Amino acid sequence: MSWDLVVNVVIAGVLTGLVYGLMALGLSVIFGVVRVVNFAHGEMMTIAMYATVMLFAALKLDPFLAVLPVAAAFFAFGYALQAGLINPFITRPEHSQFMLLLAVAIVMVNALLTVFGPDARNVQVDYQLESFELGPILFDRARVYAAGAAVLATAALFAFFRFSLTGKAIRACADNYLGARVAGLDVKRLYALTFGIGSICVAVAGGAMVLLVDVTPALGPYYTLLAFVIVIVGGLGSMPGALLGGILIGVSEALAGLFIAPSAKSMFSFGLLILVLLLRPQGLLGKRP
Amino acid sequence: MNRRAAALLLALGALLVALPHVAGSYALSVATLILYFAYTGQAWNVMMGFAGQLSLGHSIYVGVGAYAAGALFFHYGIGPWAGLWLAIALSVLIGLVIGFLAFRFGISGVYFALLTIAFAEFTRIGFDHLDWLGGPGGMFLKVAQRDQIDLANFRGPPIMYYYAMLALSAAALALCAWLLRSRAGYYWRAIREDEEAAQALGINTFRWKMLAVTISSAMTAISGVFFAFYYNNLFPEQIFNIGRSIEIILGPVIGGVGTLFGPILGAAVLTLLSDGITEALAAFGWEIPGIKQVLYGLVLLAAIMFMPHGIWPALARRIGVDR
Repeated sequence: MSWDLVVNVVIAGVLTGLVYGLMALGLSVIFGVVRVVNFAHGEMMTIAMYATVMLFAALKLDPFLAVLPVAAAFFAFGYALQAGLINPFITRPEHSQFMLLLAVAIVMVNALLTVFGPDARNVQVDYQLESFELGPILFDRARVYAAGAAVLATAALFAFFRFSLTGKAIRACADNYLGARVAGLDVKRLYALTFGIGSICVAVAGGAMVLLVDVTPALGPYYTLLAFVIVIVGGLGSMPGALLGGILIGVSEALAGLFIAPSAKSMFSFGLLILVLLLRPQGLLGKRP
Repeated sequence: MNRRAAALLLALGALLVALPHVAGSYALSVATLILYFAYTGQAWNVMMGFAGQLSLGHSIYVGVGAYAAGALFFHYGIGPWAGLWLAIALSVLIGLVIGFLAFRFGISGVYFALLTIAFAEFTRIGFDHLDWLGGPGGMFLKVAQRDQIDLANFRGPPIMYYYAMLALSAAALALCAWLLRSRAGYYWRAIREDEEAAQALGINTFRWKMLAVTISSAMTAISGVFFAFYYNNLFPEQIFNIGRSIEIILGPVIGGVGTLFGPILGAAVLTLLSDGITEALAAFGWEIPGIKQVLYGLVLLAAIMFMPHGIWPALARRIGVDR
């Protein structure tokens, strides 16, 4: 096997991994603040992908433009989901929250199946077939753009949490729920805002992902598991950790697909998850609680 | 248990014993399915409902149990009565490995749940690449004549499987009732409510949690053996699927986590609901793929929102029996 093939596969893995990372970042932000694990995360991702595909099919809208209305809609949806459905469950036991989001996920994945059927959908833009060349090394243009969008969205998110007053207030809620309330913060509203922001991550990641894979309803549960693996590996609640986890999983999937069998690729992800949980349960970049 | 509860339980038992003589073959298969989920739900409940350890990967025990007994039968013609012991041994071993790693390394709550998913998914993909067990193409057990009862190989008409499942569910109910009143039951509930406090009182929480995993995985392995010989075909993609783990926990969660009758009631309600939706959609001619699960999901959503403790605790209060 030639080395340039391996290098190309690794590069594709890193670029895909950045998109994975953005998706997982949404999960990580929601868990880090609201302390609820979003078991419908991958299903939301597939909805974003279908929305992008539909906008492309109906209006010939490029996925990178379609992402703007989809992200806005997802923010509103995430806000409403948290405010209406999840907020009353904040104080309930974990298995109760799990069941709630699982029911949401079941409704989502099967609503997609009902509306779109089981067949794969995709978008076709001209730059999907082109690539940047650097000697023998190829960068798929679509993959580079998708990764670029993911990095941009991640940077915006970092800036929001670091510099904006609302971002600081949300971090305060995550650090100390009671303290935040004593300081007069409307915690429930900030939770809803956080879920909305996590949903934007999913929307952008979904919009970028349609350039790389065909979408089917069955992708939903797969992405949910993938997002879990990434945030646990990177460290739940750690933003750089989600990106690092995304890249690691992207590369390990790509290499396993190359060297062993495409069907075995997620075995390595789950193997990695088990190792990290046992040896460094806070994740690679997570802080010890 | 008060007298009213005993009378109700006796009436239910008599009804279930008499059922095959009045019900048709379709109703019998639905009843078998209800009992199957009542049994697996009871097994899961030992770990989560009693000891507070949330497993979302119970399909691993069903699958390993089914494949262990199935492979012995498929390759060597060894019947399920011997295969049962291998199934239990392997499942308990896996349960103990997961439990040991999780409890020793202090993994709990959401993290424990994700660890159990990870092990189940890891195993699913592994079995997909085991050609000796049929790989993704599946393993098919030889189907014998349906009109003769061959107990040695657990082959026979549907009514035999029904009574086998009824016996298993009754045994599981009795075992769980006994466990709840035993020392283990009290220690488990202490751990479930507050593990640190339980530890401070001198309970060896590690040991008691391991016991819960052992009992739960052994019980679930038996359901796997039943699954293998009832359905006669095994696919890793299906049997280890996370959807299977979720099916197992839906009954107890909807019926009432930690209660004795919750898993049974939940299994009955959900199976009948799923069947009812199918029939209603067929009657209206709305047989679009996915629409059934959308309705099912919406009912789940409503149930979890408005009855957070499950149906059984509310019902038990209404009919005047203890939970």
